[in-house]
Amino acid sequence: MSSDMSRSADTTRDKTPAETPETTTGGRIYRPLTDIVETDDGVTLMLEMPGVAAEDVNVTLEKRVLTVRGKVHTRTPEKLQLAYAEYGEGDFERAFTLSDDFDPDRIVAEVGNGVLTLTLPRAAEAQPRKIAVKGA
Amino acid sequence: MYYPTFARRSDPFALMRSMLRDFDPFTPTGITQPVFPAVNVWQSDDAVAITAELPGIDPADIDISVKDNVLTLSGERKAPQVPEGARWHRNERSFGRFTRTIRLPFAASDDKVEARMAHGVLRIVVGRPEEDKPKKIEIRAA
Repeated sequence: MSSDMSRSADTTRDKTPAETPETTTGGRIYRPLTDIVETDDGVTLMLEMPGVAAEDVNVTLEKRVLTVRGKVHTRTPEKLQLAYAEYGEGDFERAFTLSDDFDPDRIVAEVGNGVLTLTLPRAAEAQPRKIAVKGA
Repeated sequence: MYYPTFARRSDPFALMRSMLRDFDPFTPTGITQPVFPAVNVWQSDDAVAITAELPGIDPADIDISVKDNVLTLSGERKAPQVPEGARWHRNERSFGRFTRTIRLPFAASDDKVEARMAHGVLRIVVGRPEEDKPKKIEIRAA
């Protein structure tokens, strides 16, 4: 077991720590991996936050900064001792600066299988409008 | 570029990572493709538990099999469905098939394996067979 695992430890990589100040509790904060896709209707963000339940996700929008926080409930298995670790457990945090044209009241957040999906519809007045050009 | 927030840092590599990101925003944070999934292994006298973070994977897409003392974990990370004409701004997550084998410290039988998935974290508990458990040896008075 040991030789097999020490080899794999070189090639596995823990999650990226978030660039936030240190926590007072000493816990770690990770930066969730994110996919961002834009369509004409708006923007969809998909953030990987394994171990975070829907009620532990906190999404705030303040002064165009969208902040996502996820709290992980570490359940140390009973009577078991950690023998080998490739990843750490900790909360997730990441912030994004949005352009002005999103409707904050219509942001939809969903959590499924440890992935948070945020759907940001574009504000109605920001939808591209074609301007008719008249001949003089 | 000046990074004033890095003047007092506990993580000496934070500045380097930040600069690398500035130079090339399209490189995902992982420079090389790491082994997926990363696992943590827990041990006790009665069992071994393996936890793995598998966010975004449907439990139905994960296969776990045990043969003798080798546990194989495989499955597929499906790419999200995006509408036609969508533009990707960031693509940090990765997708595709994965397989990982883990050698257990004992030969386990299939009926002693239990797997649970909660919020994208998989937890497999493998019970140690009775005959393999450590036995306490009593010392008798001579």
